[in-house]
Amino acid sequence: MKKLLVFVLVLVSVAALVTGCAGGGGSSKKIGLAVSTLNNPFFVTLKEGAEAKAKELGYELIVTDAQDDPAKQASQVDDLIQKKVGVILLNPCNSDAAATMVEKATKAKIPVISVDRGVNGAEVLSHIASDNVAGGKMAGEELIALVGEGAKVVELQGIPGASAAIDRGAGFHQAVDGKLNVVASQPADFNRDKGFTVMQNIIQANKGIKGVFAHNDEMALGAVKALEAAKLTDVVVIGFDATDDAVAAVKAGQMKATVAQKPALIGSMAVETAVKKLKGETVEKSIPVPLELVK
Amino acid sequence: MRKLSFNRSKYGALAGLIGLGALLSILSPSFLTLSNIMNVLNQVSLNGLVAIGMTFVILSGGIDLSVGSILALSGAVLASMLKGGMPQIIAILIALVMSAVFGLLNGVFIATFNLQPFIVTMAFMTIFRGSTFVFTQGRPITGLGKQGIFVAAGRGDIAGVPWSGILLLACLIITAFLLARTVYGKTIYAIGGNPEAARLSGLPVKTARASVYAVSGFFAGLAGMVLTSRLDSAQPLAGQSYELDAIAAVVLGGTSLSGGRGFMVGTLIGAFIIGILNNGLNLLEVSSFYQQIVKGAVILLAVLLDRRK
Repeated sequence: MKKLLVFVLVLVSVAALVTGCAGGGGSSKKIGLAVSTLNNPFFVTLKEGAEAKAKELGYELIVTDAQDDPAKQASQVDDLIQKKVGVILLNPCNSDAAATMVEKATKAKIPVISVDRGVNGAEVLSHIASDNVAGGKMAGEELIALVGEGAKVVELQGIPGASAAIDRGAGFHQAVDGKLNVVASQPADFNRDKGFTVMQNIIQANKGIKGVFAHNDEMALGAVKALEAAKLTDVVVIGFDATDDAVAAVKAGQMKATVAQKPALIGSMAVETAVKKLKGETVEKSIPVPLELVK
Repeated sequence: MRKLSFNRSKYGALAGLIGLGALLSILSPSFLTLSNIMNVLNQVSLNGLVAIGMTFVILSGGIDLSVGSILALSGAVLASMLKGGMPQIIAILIALVMSAVFGLLNGVFIATFNLQPFIVTMAFMTIFRGSTFVFTQGRPITGLGKQGIFVAAGRGDIAGVPWSGILLLACLIITAFLLARTVYGKTIYAIGGNPEAARLSGLPVKTARASVYAVSGFFAGLAGMVLTSRLDSAQPLAGQSYELDAIAAVVLGGTSLSGGRGFMVGTLIGAFIIGILNNGLNLLEVSSFYQQIVKGAVILLAVLLDRRK
């Protein structure tokens, strides 16, 4: 116990000494990027895009990886606050758990920009994510070009209430309403199995389907299997997300297209927005990042 | 002889902590600031609390892999009680008693049927994690209130000192006293050092063996409360692999994995070594991929040095 006491005393005195010398504010040339996980290629690409942009603009980017653990992310955000970064780019592991992190950063007068996923329950400076509405519209326009106006098509929807499902569906309908005949719009919960069974049921109920738009690739691939089983291989299928499986299916001709998010662009726009803020310019509350069609 | 080796491992852990602290202070100007020390204290509190319970178990010659799952389950139950509008203090007490009971389940199986602690606690790790998923339906529980003792536990501070850190230090003092100065503590050392001799000398071996898992469960529950407060939500995946960090802290602190030898203050030092390492590597902007390698290497090195005596 005595040794511990001595140790604590030493630590405290050294601490006092060093704090005295180490004063001096943080540099506003530093930007923190708290990534949810670097185990997912999507976020690795996002990080690389951010790094490239930071280098180009002459800012230092500090990246942390929470490995999908919100508790770890909370610690890492604390560490970024200690580093006195100018802006924190937060890609939350979980939108609900991120609120306390944002509150803490805000208390330390460090603005937070949410990246790819939003924050529930706390105000952020700006939110940067893919423009799902534009992506849905893009898919709809492609479908019109492939099947011709007036054709019968099917929409496989994502989990009811999920923001991706709402936005992608809204964009799709902006493009196709009045131009295509959407004979069925049913949820298949972003799930391949459900995409298969829901599509099978729709095939039973409707003849002459020319095209399918699924809110994600998993459902699109399920639909492809259902169409194959029904020997309807000339039906156009368009998915969303550009997963590896889907891109392979596009190459093999089983799907006609899939909408790809651009993680590198999300990362680079996040850094751009942070730099704008550091330069004292105003930034938009919500910044949609464009998508592209893989076909 | 025993006394001597005891002191040496104490020195080893302390020297490691001081050395690491000194190194990081030189390397990073943000490290040794008052606000960062409080930051580390706050971060260490989670692993520290779990590791306190783990020390009891390891001293008794056992191991507890279920702590992370107990943490998640009790956090989820606590969150749902709070969300239901139960008074915070009552909800917290219920959650803590429940955590101790969850832990005791481990102990009952281990002591009564003389089963391997590794296997029993691994089984309960899975059972409690599954129960957490069932209870939460796989979704986080949020919206837990904006003030009160619960909020203070994970997010509050007094004059800049986080309550979670104060909680950790208070628990440390109580448990260090319990281990070093009471019959119960001596019994735990005895059954870890030589269970046969402990039994022959009339000590309640079975009861003591079972009880350490209740202690471990209780502290996991306490950490669950702090974490739930810190994130203002209960996460179904909370506490995953916390058992490994806790075991690492205990071992870094000089407690023998074979039981019977070790001390509570060492565990705290071990937890701080891990915490400072995490914090320092972040401050030094070491890539997160390398961080894991460094952490593993430090643990390996510490255990190696500890063996030399």
